Amino acid sequence: MAKRRVVITGMGMLSPLGNDVDSSWEGIQAGRSGIAEIDRFDTTGYSTRIGGGIKNLDMEPYLSTKDARKLDAFIHYGLIAAQQAVDASGLDGYTDLDKERVGVAIGSGIGGLEYIEKNVITMEKSGPRKVSPFFVPASVINMISGNVAIRFGYQGPNISIVTACTTGTHNIGYAARTIAYGDADVMLAGGSEMATTRSSIAAFSAARALSNRNDEPEKASRPWDRGRDGFVLSDGAGVLVLEELEHAKRRGAQIHGEVIGFGMSDDAFHITSPPKNGEGAARSMNNAIRDAGLKAGDIDYINAHGTSTQVGDLAEVSAVKSVFADHAYKLSVSSTKSMTGHLLGAAGAVEAIFSVLAIRDGVLPPTINLDDPDDGCDLDFVPGKSRNADVRVALSNSFGFGGTNGTLIFRRYED
Amino acid sequence: MSTVEERVKKIVCEQLGVKESEVQNTSSFVEDLGADSLDTVELVMALEEEFETEIPDEEAEKLTSVQDAIDYIVAHT
Repeated sequence: MAKRRVVITGMGMLSPLGNDVDSSWEGIQAGRSGIAEIDRFDTTGYSTRIGGGIKNLDMEPYLSTKDARKLDAFIHYGLIAAQQAVDASGLDGYTDLDKERVGVAIGSGIGGLEYIEKNVITMEKSGPRKVSPFFVPASVINMISGNVAIRFGYQGPNISIVTACTTGTHNIGYAARTIAYGDADVMLAGGSEMATTRSSIAAFSAARALSNRNDEPEKASRPWDRGRDGFVLSDGAGVLVLEELEHAKRRGAQIHGEVIGFGMSDDAFHITSPPKNGEGAARSMNNAIRDAGLKAGDIDYINAHGTSTQVGDLAEVSAVKSVFADHAYKLSVSSTKSMTGHLLGAAGAVEAIFSVLAIRDGVLPPTINLDDPDDGCDLDFVPGKSRNADVRVALSNSFGFGGTNGTLIFRRYED
Repeated sequence: MSTVEERVKKIVCEQLGVKESEVQNTSSFVEDLGADSLDTVELVMALEEEFETEIPDEEAEKLTSVQDAIDYIVAHT
């Protein structure tokens, strides 16, 4: 069976840079950091006191107070991004839509941690009878896809893949395959995360994963810079409407780009660190390039995983050099995490959107805070400022704890 | 000090997200006020907290209307 073509017809996003796609993308193009002091809880005693929280979110247009109370914030964010994506796609106005052929694949790396914390504390203080009846449905991860299906009546495949920081990428790749294989005509796909909670910041700090640059939050996320000291934990969500090409054409949908490749692999090496040569990441990229039917030289832009950790950043550069050889020095590689911080399970989703926008608008997103590139970091990282360029094919990487890797490839839509 | 009736109705409004004008003494939580089974569990928990009492599960199941809740509270506090 020939693979059916899959295009992107809607996008929605909440990020530390803005509460929709346009404002987030505007922040990226301006090279703005969304990182600030954490104000969601009292950070006294924490080694890390900064993060990329969602700011000034008005939920009223999306969710009633009553419904919001029954859901963890990661579901709020995912529902809002999904609503934005559906609105942008025009799907709601398409009267011929067969909702049995529309599915959802939105995941989260951590899930409803804040709700879990709150209920465990209540249980400890007041006993088991005070645990909320909404504890489970508010916090388990597939409730994001479940709530999206309920809201829109989408009765097709419904799943939430959970693979730490590769979650968003894996959900999008899986969703695209679901359409390509013929199991659905439309999929809402992406990731959502609200993990800047007190236990999560404490836990990632204990693992020595986070930047402690508390006095200069905007400079804390600095991929490939010699002065980098860990990633910055952030919140948000990204959701894309993926659609079978003929279905999109039939309803006259606006097409933002095409999903043409998906690859996966595992490092099979260590629970949190990649091997120095990035061979697992390289396998993931190679698998995606093969799936897309491209040659390495066809890639114009890589939206890197680039989290600003010592080992991870170097491993990804090694991987890029091994996959692309001489072409590694011709393409551009940037980390939008230098501006957004690391959205964990939502990272791959917002970065997929930035990759599609790079193609659509002909703009290479910058890597900010790259003042002094580390040894061996000699690729074109688009330092400091965004740049106009003809981007036809973009590749987006995500790598997660457990050594799990995922790569997506997007192409400008051409008939 | 508000009456039991006023306090019960206030909690019903908060928990079920309905307006005060929609809440009658005869209102059924599920039939009239749109509650589901989980909402009613949480509503009972909120009543327990407000009136500093414990409502056993077998009693809680019988509280299906605003008047049921008022009667129970009046009789047990």
